Amino acid sequence: MNANVLSGLVMLLACSATVHAQGFAGLGTEAEGFTVPTPDRKFEFPQDHGAHPTYRIEWWYLTSNLKGDDGRNYGIQWTLFRSALAPTEQDGWQNPQLWMGHAGLTTPDKHFHAERLARGGIGQAGVSIEPFTAFIDDWSLKSLSPADDAFDNLSVTATGSDFSYRLSLKATGPLVLQGDQGYSVKSSAGQASYYYSQPFLEVSGTLKLPDGEVSVSGQGWLDREWSSQPLSETQTGWDWVSLHFDSGEKLMGFRLRDRQADPFTSATWIGSDGTPFPLSDGKLILTPLAQSKVEGRSVPTSWRVEVPEKSIDVQIAAVNPQSWMSVSFPYWEGPVSIKGSHSGVGYLEMTGYRPE
Amino acid sequence: MRRVALLALLAHWRRRPGQLATLLIGIALATALWSAVQAINVEARASYDRAATVLGPDRYETLSDPSGAIALETFIALRRGGWLVSPVLQGRFVSGDIPVQIVGLEMLTAPSGAVPITPASEGEINPLEMISSPGLGFAAPETIALLESSDNLPPLQPNEFVPPSQIVMDIGIAERLLDRQGQMSFLMVLPEQPLKQTALSEISPDLVLNSAEQQADLARLTNSFHLNLTAFGMLSFVVGLFIVHGAIGLAFEQRRGTFRTLRALGLPARDLMLILVIELLVLAMLAGAIGIAIGYAIAGALLPDVAATLDGLYGAQVPGILSFSPAWALAALAFAIFGALVAAGQGLWRVQSMPLLASAQSRAWATVSAVSLRRQAMVGAILIVAGIASIWLFDGLLAGFALLAGLLLGSALLLPAALATVLSIGASTSRNAEGQWFWADTRQQLPGLSLALMALLLALAANIGVSTMVGSFRLTFTGWLDQRLASELYVTVTNAAESDRFETWLNGRVDAVLPIISVDSEIEGITGEIYGVVDHETYRENWPILVSRQGVWDDLATGNSALINEQLAYREDLSVGDPVSLGPGWTLPVAGIYSDYGNPTGQVMVSLELLESRYPDRPRLSFGLRTDEPEALAATLRDEFGPDALRIVDQATIKNFSLRVFERTFTVTTALNVLTLSVAAFAMLTALLTLANLRLPQLAPVWALGMTRKRLMQLELLRSLALAALTFIFAVPVGLALAWSLLAVVNVEAFGWRLPMHVFPTQWLVLLLLALAAALIAAALPARRLARTGPASFLKVFAVER
Repeated sequence: MNANVLSGLVMLLACSATVHAQGFAGLGTEAEGFTVPTPDRKFEFPQDHGAHPTYRIEWWYLTSNLKGDDGRNYGIQWTLFRSALAPTEQDGWQNPQLWMGHAGLTTPDKHFHAERLARGGIGQAGVSIEPFTAFIDDWSLKSLSPADDAFDNLSVTATGSDFSYRLSLKATGPLVLQGDQGYSVKSSAGQASYYYSQPFLEVSGTLKLPDGEVSVSGQGWLDREWSSQPLSETQTGWDWVSLHFDSGEKLMGFRLRDRQADPFTSATWIGSDGTPFPLSDGKLILTPLAQSKVEGRSVPTSWRVEVPEKSIDVQIAAVNPQSWMSVSFPYWEGPVSIKGSHSGVGYLEMTGYRPE
Repeated sequence: MRRVALLALLAHWRRRPGQLATLLIGIALATALWSAVQAINVEARASYDRAATVLGPDRYETLSDPSGAIALETFIALRRGGWLVSPVLQGRFVSGDIPVQIVGLEMLTAPSGAVPITPASEGEINPLEMISSPGLGFAAPETIALLESSDNLPPLQPNEFVPPSQIVMDIGIAERLLDRQGQMSFLMVLPEQPLKQTALSEISPDLVLNSAEQQADLARLTNSFHLNLTAFGMLSFVVGLFIVHGAIGLAFEQRRGTFRTLRALGLPARDLMLILVIELLVLAMLAGAIGIAIGYAIAGALLPDVAATLDGLYGAQVPGILSFSPAWALAALAFAIFGALVAAGQGLWRVQSMPLLASAQSRAWATVSAVSLRRQAMVGAILIVAGIASIWLFDGLLAGFALLAGLLLGSALLLPAALATVLSIGASTSRNAEGQWFWADTRQQLPGLSLALMALLLALAANIGVSTMVGSFRLTFTGWLDQRLASELYVTVTNAAESDRFETWLNGRVDAVLPIISVDSEIEGITGEIYGVVDHETYRENWPILVSRQGVWDDLATGNSALINEQLAYREDLSVGDPVSLGPGWTLPVAGIYSDYGNPTGQVMVSLELLESRYPDRPRLSFGLRTDEPEALAATLRDEFGPDALRIVDQATIKNFSLRVFERTFTVTTALNVLTLSVAAFAMLTALLTLANLRLPQLAPVWALGMTRKRLMQLELLRSLALAALTFIFAVPVGLALAWSLLAVVNVEAFGWRLPMHVFPTQWLVLLLLALAAALIAAALPARRLARTGPASFLKVFAVER
């Protein structure tokens, strides 16, 4: 689900560090005045590719597993977050919408990252529908195809102080609605978000690293999600995977850790033709296999992923266990390789791991 | 036994509450002045540290538009071109009748060092409240206190990281408050920029990239000032210790009998010592606490002046409100105890080595033989020589203060020997018996009074030295202001676009237009200012040149040489003819050196044409105007260009302002001076009181020979006056030497300028009268007591063995 540090933005503005008591980065706070997701909403495209300012949080989240012409494995992340202080839009500095961009580039032995922050209402960041463009500063995720099929042909670029990348993305399959027709439940108490993905992206382009440029190609996964309160108050963080199996099938799954209860899990198995098969709480089993010491925290960078219903039993391991996004609200995000009943590549995200 | 001993010893204080008071006041005064100075220093340094931690917008590279504000669109274009910049909107705002500076920041993109919000100040800040009307402002607590009644500002939150008179808020709130929607004063350029970005010239060719303003290292700059204060504090402390020494010595002398009795009753010497030390510690702590309270009050009273001084001299912003620091109080208390122990050292040592069966009779405790007088004088002479030698041995301020310390302490030690010599000369010239007795008796008292007189000498010398320094400075400074501020009007054009029109408009309307441009540059590797000036009679006739070569102005006009200020000359050891580096690849020979008081940084003057050819983009914004009718011209200018386009200041205003800053600068010095002198007077009083009680056996025979008590009293007063006058005479050369070292050594090191010394004999006269008054007051009480001593008491001297 690629949920993230969104409301962190809010807290960043207030410079508060005491929010962790209320879910990771304030995601578990009440949704005053914001629209709350309901089960039977029909998605409408291209409108739903754009922003939903009456919801508290939203993101455009791209991850990609890449192979370089130097034979090495790479991973990139490009994310635009929106976080609203109030459910309104207006021009100028008083606009309550805040934006945050994260870019990551992982190599087997290095991890690069960058962060951008922007206020809404002044043109520094935002999302337009026709043509589809999500941008913050000089970073962008742009559509090169007609608005109706905006995610069919995209280009993405981001630059940090020591890296940059420019990639083009072509869809080879349909959009996939996660959960119940795009209504993705996040806890047994009923917290939910709207969530759809484009997991069938063929990616190629160039990475710029301190050692020089590398041409890369591989697979990408673009997530779209918005909500007003995706976590319950006692949920402290999550572990999320998006897996591309060599068979052409995909798996998205997450586990929300709870302070007072067993973790809540949810997953979607996606057939190679794009047919989703939602897996409700308990059908996905995520078991940490090995911990790595990352930035003073103990983080499980290797997992056993089981979906007995689909005969999936694989081990995933980080390409680079130190894929730490040391941004305003830090988390782990990086490419993984898959072994076991299925093989392939994927992405792993883990949030809410506290320093020891 | 120990309890009984303690009670017996403490009973002494109950019998002599006056002595107890003297002791307590002595320690308290010593502690008070010392701790006041420390409190001021601590407060000021803490505020420099705060200033250094909150970097503030000007510590970053900035982008600005010389022709005015930057538009929001330009900011967005830069961000979208990959420039990590953050906007700042600054402006003056008058709330009620209090002017404040509004600083609008964009908290999300601002570098963390520019935002005055700290982990400690977090908590209840609601980000939505901060960015939407009416917003939220952050200001120093004292700024908030000032603005309490005004209602046109957003709600304010106290934040100690915001400099005084400033309110930090979101840029969206600031632009509404200042009515400058969509504008930015400048953009901070973040230190870390992305790998690639669009060229600046492509986005906005008008913008100029300015290097980060080199924050003058306040701690370094102000070091000398604080050292000055510390020296004063130390001086007061030493003077205070003289009082304590006297009081404790007296108390110990008077209790000799008790000591002996206790020892004879079986109290071990160690226990006696222990009890005395504990007694001393308790007294020191009590008095120290009183001293801290007084010190805190003094510091609180002086701090506003200190703040003004630091702001005027160095541009260092220090809040005028004192905060209480427990560490400071503890340090002051420790100092009080340390001082009391030092002052009591001699007394304790005597008790320790007192033979058990020694006479219980108290004697004038400080009997100093001629030999020890000579030895003391020798030490004094050595100290003076060492102080003078330190000029060559040490560098910088240390040398200056070593010289001062050597001079002061050395002369203090020399004083008794010098006085003894004078008194013996006096005795030899005296013909009648009364006169001879007077001189001899005065000499006999010298040992007991010498400490108090030394204290008086220190206070007087410091007074003469400091007032000579301040007076010389004032005289030089006013003369210099007259020279330097030769133009009648000074105008700054706030809008560069108007600059040309302004200059054209002035054509024929004034006697002369003297445009001035200035740039910041690395002068000999340290950031300083370069000024470009035109060749004009005004400079040739008035500029305060200290030393120059022939035809300096012609030289300057051709662009082949530069003038430098005195500070720069001292700092880099430059003299006329030496090359001075004005930035990368630019060196000019020094044609002359000018005085530039009150400026902490290095400054260079070159010809306007030369500087403009080097910095072609720099608009002419500052002008000096020569005119016979400055007021009329200022009014016409305001009408013609509008009230906001020009900033017009007339010569008189600048002069008044400068002089006011100058006067405030030395308010603290004067206050400390007066305080030190009072402490010295008190020391004398203590010493005289001490002696008065012991002198009965010496006076009784004189009385018995027929001298009336009234005459005795008159002679007592006369003696006190004579000693004070002699000490004063001795203090004059010491004070002048002090003034010289302040002007020629300490000032050069501390500020970078040397001042000519002027002498002010009328001030000395006032000081002499003050010293005599102090001596008279100090002697009055013991003398009155003497006059009232009953004949029976005098007679007892012969009848009873005391």
